[in-house]
Amino acid sequence: MDEWMKFLEVNFPRIIELTIEHATLVGLAIIVALLIGIPLGIYLTTNNYLAETVLQIASVMLTIPSIALFGVMIPIFSIINQGIGFVPAFVALVLYSQLPIIRNTYTAINNVNPEMRDAAKGLGMKTHQRLFRVEIPNAFPLIMAGIRTAVVLNIGIGVIAAYIGAGGLGVLITQGISRGDNYLIISGSVAVAILAMIADGILMWIQKRYTPKSITN
Amino acid sequence: MITFKQTTKTYEGGVTAVNKVDFTVEKGNIVVLLGPSGCGKTTLLRMVNRLESISEGQIIIDGEDSMSLNEIELRRKVGYVIQSNGLFPNMTIEENVMIVPDLLGWGKKEKRERFDYLMDMIGLSPDKYRKRYPHELSGGQQQRIGVIRALAADPPVMLMDEPFGALDPIIREKIQDEFLQIQKEVKKTILFVSHDIDEAIKMADKIVLLRGGEIMQYDSPSEMLVRPKSDFVYEFFGKDRAIKSLSLHTIEDLKNIIGLVEIDESIQDTKTINVHHDLRNTLSMLLNQEAEQVIVLDHAGSKLGAITIDLVQKYLHYEIKGKSSSAVKG
Amino acid sequence: MNKKKLVSRIVSYSVYALVLLFFIWAIQNRYFEYIFSETNTFLLLLKQHIQLVAVSSLLAIVVAIPVGIIITRKSFRRAEWAVSNTVNFGQTIPSLAVLALMISVLGIGFKTAIFALFIYSLLPIYRNTVAGIDSIDENLIDAARGMGMTPSQILFKIELPNAAYSILAGIRTAVVLNIGTAALAYVVGGGGLGVWIFTGIQLFDNGYLISGAIPVTLLAITVDYLLRVLERAVVSNGIKQTGDM
Repeated sequence: MDEWMKFLEVNFPRIIELTIEHATLVGLAIIVALLIGIPLGIYLTTNNYLAETVLQIASVMLTIPSIALFGVMIPIFSIINQGIGFVPAFVALVLYSQLPIIRNTYTAINNVNPEMRDAAKGLGMKTHQRLFRVEIPNAFPLIMAGIRTAVVLNIGIGVIAAYIGAGGLGVLITQGISRGDNYLIISGSVAVAILAMIADGILMWIQKRYTPKSITN
Repeated sequence: MITFKQTTKTYEGGVTAVNKVDFTVEKGNIVVLLGPSGCGKTTLLRMVNRLESISEGQIIIDGEDSMSLNEIELRRKVGYVIQSNGLFPNMTIEENVMIVPDLLGWGKKEKRERFDYLMDMIGLSPDKYRKRYPHELSGGQQQRIGVIRALAADPPVMLMDEPFGALDPIIREKIQDEFLQIQKEVKKTILFVSHDIDEAIKMADKIVLLRGGEIMQYDSPSEMLVRPKSDFVYEFFGKDRAIKSLSLHTIEDLKNIIGLVEIDESIQDTKTINVHHDLRNTLSMLLNQEAEQVIVLDHAGSKLGAITIDLVQKYLHYEIKGKSSSAVKG
Repeated sequence: MNKKKLVSRIVSYSVYALVLLFFIWAIQNRYFEYIFSETNTFLLLLKQHIQLVAVSSLLAIVVAIPVGIIITRKSFRRAEWAVSNTVNFGQTIPSLAVLALMISVLGIGFKTAIFALFIYSLLPIYRNTVAGIDSIDENLIDAARGMGMTPSQILFKIELPNAAYSILAGIRTAVVLNIGTAALAYVVGGGGLGVWIFTGIQLFDNGYLISGAIPVTLLAITVDYLLRVLERAVVSNGIKQTGDM
């Protein structure tokens, strides 16, 4: 126990610093992924063929092993001299998040009770009115669930970003491995787990707070 | 034959679902367990094949105490049909229907022959449906399959828990009729749970009316309607029990007791009705047509006489007054 | 062909074109060369990688499915909350960390990697086994009991066949995940194609990088496809399938 106390005393600032770095990387990637994914998911509800194609592509993307995707980003981005560091990691994380976000947005809006959609049309709502006043509010819980999945996924995968120089909590783990220092490894892992739980918790709170009360469950 | 002796079911915490129930289901009879929600009818049913344990008392099936047999063996000897039909989605129709015979070790040829026979009984082509799957069939077809599945191993006793409850009214009526036809052939001893009074009156040889786990009355449908033994029974069957009892009598019954009237030839456009129709439907027809009379025909089509609303009323009074000198309310 | 289909076709062809472009560019830069110049090493790494995945997945299946079945038996239900939460928590720990921590326990090498991969594959299989069995309509089980089926007959004739789709999907997820995680086995000295990927990163050699990363990717995509085909073939026609995973 004492050993732990000593270790934490010395390393705590660094752990926090790396956590912030990690959170920033993941946070930015998620925001960009949302900016791309949600509109895309919404647009896909208008075209089922395209939806099938895009979902397939995104799902293949998820099948690609993380280290391989990071790895492939390196030569591609070294063309513009950004081969190592933030850029390839960032792009890879954005790509990974696409499937949960797009699929959940698309499914959620599609699954909004067709009767509700019918009623809205019958009342004379135009497509965008219907979308924003009826479908999206009702789809909100499922969309949030997709975002939560993407965030937790990215926090986990972000660990590997350390290997390509993007920093983050993975650094603790990789250094721990090369020095044989278990404290580093454990504190890195625990930090990641805690970060994931906090992020998930915050998002769940947002989900509960902003889900219109009339939607049960 | 099923005999219940002081059969009781209590749950932990002291709730008594079934309280010292005593009655016998005669061989070849359909007995309907009827009653409000929570009266214990389903619990009682499930005690017969020991899906619910018996707290006190006995259930004797064909002379054997139900506890003397191994649980699994007992269940293979008792047919069991439930409301959602419980057909296994991962098995073909044939595999579903013949599951119990399969468990009992029947030979391939025996099973095939039995399957063909049962399917014919419900009017579905054996070869057409053999390899199909439950989800490919309509609700009504699935329910019929559920029934013959219970009959497959030819058990002496059958338990049915609201088997037709999930079907829409038109299909339900048809299947009820079919089932009664089948029963004429197979003459099983059947315990049937229902919450639908009309279904009970139609299907039952006898009804057990339960409340709070106790038997309020055990009698034939017409006795329950015409001679209720308590306020509860009276109320349960409703103020329209007179009308309900009409469904138990046909025009032929009326003709035999009080006779038909002469046909008034001056009335135009008179509808006709077969003498075997029940009086409730007849009354409906008379009221719907605003007709003064309906001509009664026998199965050959020859006219037997006419029937009027007055006549039906007379018959009703005769039935109730004549038989109900011991009724609670007049 | 209507407009929507056209758009969709255009998009998919563009993606194929991009991928093709990538390969052409990679070949032009001779990134795949190591596969041909060091073929023996490549094949060895490939073999190691497949072994890592196969052994750990098999072990995970053999453990996770029975545990999933047992947990859904009436007498063990109470433990479900505890077991599920533990397995769930285990999954938030980064795979890299699991691998690394194993070093202090099991040392470096193949066995360590196998063990870590095994632990990591447990969750998807366990969770899908439980979900699959839970999704079976209670009325079916009631009907089966009422007919006189023994508990083991119910398990093998009703529960498992009806849960099969879910269980197989869980296995597929676990195996594909495994292929990716096995690329990290380098870190514990377990070999596999990850060796080239990491070598590539550390030596700034895009050749090793691509020669390691692309085969792993192709392996993952191929296995995913094959297992999906297997899923569709094995699961009985009678069970309606509800959409993609």
